[in-house]
Amino acid sequence: MPAVEETLDTVRDATQGAYKWGFETDIEMDFAPKGLNEDIVRFISAKKNEPAWLLEWRLRAFEAWKGMEEPRWPAVTYPPIDYQDAYYYAAPKEKIGPKSLDEVDPELLRTYAKLGIPLKEQAILAGVEGAGDVPSEGGRMPIAVDAVFDSVSVATTYKDRLEKDGIIFCPISEAVQTHPELVKKYLGSVVPHTDNFFAALNSAVFTDGSFVYIPKGVRCPMELSTYFRINAKSTGQFERTLIIADEGAIVSYLEGCTAPQRDENQLHAAVVELVAMDDASIKYSTVQNWYPGDENGVGGIYNFVTKRAACRGKRSKVSWTQVETGSAITWKYPSCILQGEDSVGEFYSVAITNNHQQADTGTKMIHLGKGSRSTIVSKGISAGQGQNTYRGLVRISPKATGARNFTQCDSLLIGDLCGAHTVPYIENRCMTAKVEHEATTSRIAEDQLFYCRQRGLTQEDAVGLIVNGFCREVLKELPMEFAVEAQKLLQISLEGSVG
Amino acid sequence: MLRIENLTAEVDGKPILKGVTLEVPDGEVHAIMGPNGAGKSTLSYALSGREGYEITGGTAVLNGVDLLEMEPEERAAAGLFLAFQYPVELPGVGNANFLRTALNAIRRTRGEAEVDAMQFLKLARARMKELSMPEDMLKRGVNVGFSGGEKKRNEILQMALLQPRIAILDETDSGLDIDALKIVADGVNAMRGPGFSALVITHYQRLLNHIVPDRVHVLADGRILTSGGPELAHRLEAEGYAGVLEEAA
Repeated sequence: MPAVEETLDTVRDATQGAYKWGFETDIEMDFAPKGLNEDIVRFISAKKNEPAWLLEWRLRAFEAWKGMEEPRWPAVTYPPIDYQDAYYYAAPKEKIGPKSLDEVDPELLRTYAKLGIPLKEQAILAGVEGAGDVPSEGGRMPIAVDAVFDSVSVATTYKDRLEKDGIIFCPISEAVQTHPELVKKYLGSVVPHTDNFFAALNSAVFTDGSFVYIPKGVRCPMELSTYFRINAKSTGQFERTLIIADEGAIVSYLEGCTAPQRDENQLHAAVVELVAMDDASIKYSTVQNWYPGDENGVGGIYNFVTKRAACRGKRSKVSWTQVETGSAITWKYPSCILQGEDSVGEFYSVAITNNHQQADTGTKMIHLGKGSRSTIVSKGISAGQGQNTYRGLVRISPKATGARNFTQCDSLLIGDLCGAHTVPYIENRCMTAKVEHEATTSRIAEDQLFYCRQRGLTQEDAVGLIVNGFCREVLKELPMEFAVEAQKLLQISLEGSVG
Repeated sequence: MLRIENLTAEVDGKPILKGVTLEVPDGEVHAIMGPNGAGKSTLSYALSGREGYEITGGTAVLNGVDLLEMEPEERAAAGLFLAFQYPVELPGVGNANFLRTALNAIRRTRGEAEVDAMQFLKLARARMKELSMPEDMLKRGVNVGFSGGEKKRNEILQMALLQPRIAILDETDSGLDIDALKIVADGVNAMRGPGFSALVITHYQRLLNHIVPDRVHVLADGRILTSGGPELAHRLEAEGYAGVLEEAA
């Protein structure tokens, strides 16, 4: 296809041309020009004032990416993505760290309000000094928030309080500056820069994300939370999150995602790495509500995410909980490498596909340590013309004696145009291991709906109730406040799917 | 007052109700008896608006409101309650959550204040005590793993909480032992009063010993063929449907 190549070349030339006079002189620039090349990678790294080792790491990832192909095995279809037709760096115009609310773009505050970030955290997010010293209203457990707006982490709340316990919770770009030894040690140690097409892309161009380090023996006193949001047009969001729980540390982390409506598709390729040492425990919860596209399948986010945890220590534990209601396409397999003896991995998932949404999601549980255990509970809900695939791998190595896995995959169908698929892979190389897999597929039955309606519930409330019941085992794993939000989201996502 | 006039309905294109005419005044309990296939369950589903039960003619009016024009949930809010012959299981949906959602949906439509979780628990516990229902039934999934008797008692609990104007009990006695039957009957009798009426559909006289009806109607081949006082039920029990129906024809 010479025409396409020619176009690409033209685009490349144009962007490189722009770079020559643009990047070095205009340091206040908010956007890098469209397109992806080595200079863009260098530009991002320079913008972040990164050390040489990190730039080299990015460049190695970029080199690797150029030789890679998008995975074709997921059960999703989409037109080819033009990686040169996207912005790889976009920063809010407002400078970071305003001294008072007046300095904050009111639009930004409205965005946070819409996201449901509590008022107090909004004030803190806006960077009002001293706002973090007052206890939260109503005695509610405070939540520390790190908000990533497009590519830049806007503010991190409750940081001072966390610092008293030696907890580091900050934008990863800041951690690169303040704790380079930790970042260097762990970045890419769970998801290598060559892991897969999207992870390599992320490694090359990631702009921000959250960094968490919980020191030995510390139980994090509050839920840590990041709100991701894609705002700018044609901006791919490539955030990078790294969470390390040292020996005996305990942390619960919440990730909320949202994106405004746009009729073109936006790419989101994040990488999340978790490391749990001896007796450490990490609970990672996601409520993903990216824009799913309209009812005709126009627009929406391509959510191509690599999430992986290394349970390195003995008796370490990582629990993934995800509620995936958004995105046009979801490609995501939060996984656990169970290296430590008696380590534990859990995956609780609800994925909804309505209208033309497609989801290919699941997990990988790699059992390496003796006595390691894993639990997988996946609930897929398909409505409209949605396609929902559970794809999971349970691999038990010969050394993982006494390892155990229990997998339960349930699919719920609403209407007769949608699809549910279950693709479990089980590779067991150990005689003493025990692996169980259960799967069900059901419909919302007419008699269930009628029963609810006879008791006064509207059709939509009835669907919401039945779906929430179907997902209960997963929803109960979510922290309380997220669970309420997730229940509402489930119902909203299925509006108009019946009748 | 429920007034049904010349109601006809079909299922899958097959006429089942062929002109049912019936009046249940406020405060009265009427029984509908009849052989299998007479259209008893069709009548209850047609009145409550179930999909697939197509009304082809006639009227059904509850307290001046045309039932047949309404969605099932609107009929419920208007005061129509159906105790199901086979109560449906809703896995994962807590019974308490379901009951409170239903109660509040109906209260909302009626313009009444919703009850919060604490108020609801108090209300539910009081009613459950009357029905000899163990409290853990509130925590379990709706009808999931309930015995036949528990399911029927759960229906009566819902009726007691939702306070309908008219309750249709569709063979609520089927599958009940004598103790459960008494509890269910007591639940219905406790509601009897000027603002409540009931249509009790049953095969057997047995239930009517406990819920004594004001009127008994015999439904056969999609029509009410004969009506009478409570003694008609005793006659049916003694003589069977054949004799009574022959006489009526």
